[in-house]
Amino acid sequence: MTTLDTDARPAVTTSTLDLVGVSRWYGNVVAVNDVTMQLSSGVTGLLGPNGAGKTTLLHMMAGFLAPSRGTLTLDGESTWRNPGVYRRLGLVSEREAVHSFLTAKEFVLASAKLHRLPDPEAAARRAIELVEMTDAQDRRIGTYSKGMRQRTRVAAALVHDPQVLLLDEPFNGMDPRQRLHMMGLLHSLGDAGRTILFSSHILEEVEQVSGTVQVMVAGRLAASGDFRTIRRLMTNRPHVFAVRSTDDRALAVALMADPSVTGVELDKTGLTVRAGDYGAFTRALPKIALARQIRVRQLTPEDESLESVFSYLVEA
Amino acid sequence: MSTVSWITARGLFGRRRFLMLLPLPAVLVLLAVLCRSLGVDPGEWAPPVLVGLGLAVVLPVVALIIGTGVLGAEIDDGTVVHILTKPLPRWQIVLPKLMVAAGVSAATVAVPLYVAGVLADSARLGLALAAASALGALAYSALFLALSLVTRRPVLLGLVYVLIWEGLLGNFVSGTKVLSIQQWVIALTDRMAPTALLSTTVSVPVAVVLTALVSVGFTVLAIDRLRSFSVAGETS
Repeated sequence: MTTLDTDARPAVTTSTLDLVGVSRWYGNVVAVNDVTMQLSSGVTGLLGPNGAGKTTLLHMMAGFLAPSRGTLTLDGESTWRNPGVYRRLGLVSEREAVHSFLTAKEFVLASAKLHRLPDPEAAARRAIELVEMTDAQDRRIGTYSKGMRQRTRVAAALVHDPQVLLLDEPFNGMDPRQRLHMMGLLHSLGDAGRTILFSSHILEEVEQVSGTVQVMVAGRLAASGDFRTIRRLMTNRPHVFAVRSTDDRALAVALMADPSVTGVELDKTGLTVRAGDYGAFTRALPKIALARQIRVRQLTPEDESLESVFSYLVEA
Repeated sequence: MSTVSWITARGLFGRRRFLMLLPLPAVLVLLAVLCRSLGVDPGEWAPPVLVGLGLAVVLPVVALIIGTGVLGAEIDDGTVVHILTKPLPRWQIVLPKLMVAAGVSAATVAVPLYVAGVLADSARLGLALAAASALGALAYSALFLALSLVTRRPVLLGLVYVLIWEGLLGNFVSGTKVLSIQQWVIALTDRMAPTALLSTTVSVPVAVVLTALVSVGFTVLAIDRLRSFSVAGETS
């Protein structure tokens, strides 16, 4: 897997995207509603169902839409009507439009020239290597698969080594190997101090690439931060655990007496325990089991996935 | 050639609709050759061929296809985002595109008009037609390029201007001729090569000033609109 060669380059200056009370509406439709967030170095996932306002938010961040209300700045500068921000910002939009009559090499080289880079040839070569497109770089983009086109677009967005990279659904159309490579690339960029924000409606993608999420639901920022922390903070929602022990029935009775537990189901495979308080339950379980000399063989949080976090947020 | 011009030219010649440009100039030359070879009096065939076909149809339609294509096609298919995400002042995007549009339109139209002008009257008329139509191509291109940034249907609006305003209203309401690029081209041609084959009510100073105003004004408008170019989100 290609990784970012951070030693060969000057130290990265960290850039910060600041959104304060940002809203965007189209007529009576509110696409983004009062979003406040700050994005700094590292990889952040922008999660939400289709129509949640992710693309609108990304377009505003990238200077392609004016906020109807609120302020949106990159290092203190507005991104709207300010082409200068593209020296520090790269965008990979969701729409997979590429100049299909160009080869990947021509396309990425043209990007490097438009950025007025001192050595566009070298920059283009490095960006193409980074996305593993060197072998196919002389073919017309129109002959590429969807994943190859996507990687070519990423190369063009990375050619000027931006401090901030915004990607809208970047894994669309990629096969598993390409996906892993892209995830590794985003990790490398984040570790090297870049500010990376990518949107996705697929929970596993966000889970694998980023521990930090901004969850959007119906135009609002529903949650923000580490996704496991977000889940734990939602104490008013039950957390579901699968528990197997040497005496499931006795453990079920004992657990029901504990205030952190809101329900227990017993079946052939073991117990399904619903806990109202994640921390209290995980602290209480060993004590309860020890007191009754029951050995816990398995404890699995069944809903510790973004999908469950997400569905709770949507319901809320 | 700048990178923007290079991409624009590659895109223009790479699209099939560019092939649509070829038949019209060919018909213009063919008709002129046919009339000349049949010995028809130029007073009879030159006005309908040079003006009715050349300046009223070929020039505006070619400029419309190219002018709305250099930026409008990229807006339609989303590739414009690649150029817009560069730290370029927007005039550095609009001007090269306008130059490509005007240059290709002028080259496509000027050559057949030159040939037709020579066959109708003289090399001087041919050169005057070529030069005036090149200026007309610039004005039309600026107008149509700006239209592709102010409306989602630039071709339709462009056709309305060419067919309704210049073509239809120009015949019934003489005042509309003052705001007709076609009439400015005729006035400029007639000034460079006075001939009885062409006639217009628009004066040369008016034609010069308005050609310059339209070319500059719509270019400035296009630059300003491109500065505020918005990409619709998923909700819109």
